[in-house]
Amino acid sequence: MARIGVFICHCGENIGRTVDCAAVSAAAAKMPGVVVGVDYKYMCSDPGQQMIRKAIIEQKLTGVVVGACSPRMHERTFRAAAAEAGLNPYLLEMANLREHCSWVHSNQAEATQKAIDLVRVMVAKVRRDRALRPIRVPVEPTALVVGGGIAGIQAALDIAAGGKKVVLVESGPSIGGHMARLSETFPTLDCSQCILTPRMVEAASHPNITLMTYSEVASVEGFVGNFTVTIRRKARYVDPAKCTGCGDCFNKCPIKKIPNKFDAGLGQRRAIYVPFPQAVPNKPVIDAAHCTMLQKGKCGLCAKVCPRGAIDYQDQDRLEKVKVGAVVLATGFQLWDHAAYGEYGGGRLRDVIDGFAFERLASASGPTGGLIKRPSDGKEPQTVVFLQCCGSRDDKVGKKYCSKICCMYTAKHAMLYRHKVHEGRAVVFYMDVRAAGKGYEEFVRRAIEADGAEYVRGRVSRITRRRDGKLVVRGADTLAGRPVTIEADLVVLADAVVPRPGSEKLAQLFGVGYDQDGFYSEAHPKLRPVETAAAGVFLAGACQAPKDIPETVSQASAAAAKVLGLFAKPELEREPVIARVNRTTCAHCRACISACPYGAAKDFDIVDRAGKILRAVADVNEGLCQGCGTCASVCRSHSVDLDGFTDEQIHAELNAL
Amino acid sequence: MMKTETSTAPAPAAFEPRITAFVCNWCTYAGADLAGTSRLQYASNMRIIKLPCTGRIDPLFVLKAFENGADAVLVSGCHPGDCHYTSGNYHARRRWTLFRKLLALTGIGDDRLFFSWVSAAEGQKFADLVNDVTAKVRKAGPFRAAHPGRRAL
Repeated sequence: MARIGVFICHCGENIGRTVDCAAVSAAAAKMPGVVVGVDYKYMCSDPGQQMIRKAIIEQKLTGVVVGACSPRMHERTFRAAAAEAGLNPYLLEMANLREHCSWVHSNQAEATQKAIDLVRVMVAKVRRDRALRPIRVPVEPTALVVGGGIAGIQAALDIAAGGKKVVLVESGPSIGGHMARLSETFPTLDCSQCILTPRMVEAASHPNITLMTYSEVASVEGFVGNFTVTIRRKARYVDPAKCTGCGDCFNKCPIKKIPNKFDAGLGQRRAIYVPFPQAVPNKPVIDAAHCTMLQKGKCGLCAKVCPRGAIDYQDQDRLEKVKVGAVVLATGFQLWDHAAYGEYGGGRLRDVIDGFAFERLASASGPTGGLIKRPSDGKEPQTVVFLQCCGSRDDKVGKKYCSKICCMYTAKHAMLYRHKVHEGRAVVFYMDVRAAGKGYEEFVRRAIEADGAEYVRGRVSRITRRRDGKLVVRGADTLAGRPVTIEADLVVLADAVVPRPGSEKLAQLFGVGYDQDGFYSEAHPKLRPVETAAAGVFLAGACQAPKDIPETVSQASAAAAKVLGLFAKPELEREPVIARVNRTTCAHCRACISACPYGAAKDFDIVDRAGKILRAVADVNEGLCQGCGTCASVCRSHSVDLDGFTDEQIHAELNAL
Repeated sequence: MMKTETSTAPAPAAFEPRITAFVCNWCTYAGADLAGTSRLQYASNMRIIKLPCTGRIDPLFVLKAFENGADAVLVSGCHPGDCHYTSGNYHARRRWTLFRKLLALTGIGDDRLFFSWVSAAEGQKFADLVNDVTAKVRKAGPFRAAHPGRRAL
């Protein structure tokens, strides 16, 4: 005999404001099989959970329905509470009265009616729930970190320091990411290279870290604890085992004028190259698209000069499989292309550059050796205009969101420029200065007060190039309430931070959600900010949202802690939502076997005691089954069913509607 | 199986459609959650049945929904290529294409059967979908009026 308890949560006012919770619990109390129907302000709080535990024990409940928020939010919380009171946790179901009802409807009568319906559906379901036991699966204690920027490096180092193995995959020829391109970092003006490069070396030489540069994730199979990830090792055409990094090859390469992306196109590199001198590993790759040997079969100079015979023009992409238990995605960001702004030259004005280009100009290891020279004629600019929110906070042409880091790096740029060009004018156009962070506001004040950056509140409407090379910047000073025109030599646009191209495809491989801008979605914006909806896949850095270096490093360490926590136990428990075959009725038509995406459904021979095969049927491997239920719906004789979502349960839910 | 009391009592004057939605746990259910967290308002006529995957949908479920008084049925899951279980949504799509042809034969057409891919990031799309489906079914009228005498199919 079913004894169901229904617990309706007000969620403060979140549900209670729109749904008449007392009416819902009263209606629930009258539903068949229900012996308890109550409502409470905060069901997830300790007194709320205590209420459920007490009812389970005192009323000898055989099932519980909690009408509250989305099960994605608190199903785990309530199931744990039920388990504490001795009820099998899979005998508790949630009706989603908040996300699917009170938050999306405003009419109280309609919302209350819907809430009652949703509760009735779950009561019908929970009456047919079976006690289930979680499935235990072994964990492969190796982590995969995708992205070799500061986020990936930090996560890899922390996991490695915890004594676990890490595979660090980077798509470029060197690790280091964007941070390696920066000149100095705010708010301390530490030299970026000086703080980053030792960590790059440490990551490359750590015995627990396997570095795979010039590599990409090709495919992913498996699930938390047991992923099999195929990595595409792109052809380098240089055998890293033989190469000593002497540099003879790239000093001799005749193809010289390829814009170097690392230098934001301001510097040039050869067809065989290392992106920057401090690269890790410091071993070149050949850019096949520009190499005449690979394109036309002519040249071969690098192979001739290489003293170790490391050049291999026959090299090809290789696929390598790694088995890992957890994944950290740290794919980072790039800057939005300001070519979309026709009024700022549409990307055609050479002296209108982005923030990275300015970083490279200011960097001691940059193409100008740290001298500020403008790209068009190499002259030192006497007036530089910095323009914040270029593409950020503009949902017409650019992005709706604030890119968060630009206020700070623009202040830094203005400061660096004034340190290098003492007589120069640095003018910053801003919408608001958002300098929340330790020492950040002080840093911006310093740029204005000590270093004399001129801050103008307003937008720039147009940038045009005059015949003498001057850039005429027309804008508005909204504080003074008048138009401003500035004749500048160089304009630096603080372009919006956007996810890396291909990040959506990567998210799909791992089953990770992403938002409309392509940033990866965390499992919960406040309480689970480094986890994703895909179990065992964690996030670090700007792939999740625009972030500065301290925040990125914090999140990377947090992701590493999550990975180490996962690896702390040799086995982990998995939801027991798996398919079962009724061997008595199975006719062995093999429809389920061909439909199963995991190869979990397979042939099984029923044998007698002598080992003679009596009959062949289908069977499901518990370890491999992920519980999609496709087998159950293709079964012609309804011999396959899915625990937690049985035919009987779904029909009962429909009958309750 | 015991039949419980009728849920939304239809007012004699205004027709309020009853729509049953079969959605997958990973994309559309999460998309509906996002519509909630974004506080997007939409019509309250839909009742969601959560399944792990659209691949779990047995055609009988759809018939059962109509039998139990639904005026329309919506099936929604992950976009092609995004299925949490790799290919469940492809199975669903194939089965659905055939099944709706069969239903068309019985006179149940496009004004009562809806299908849409809604990802976990598409809260707005979910809200728009519910409103759109509700408006169309409102126009199509009650299922029983269109199919008199058809208690079950």
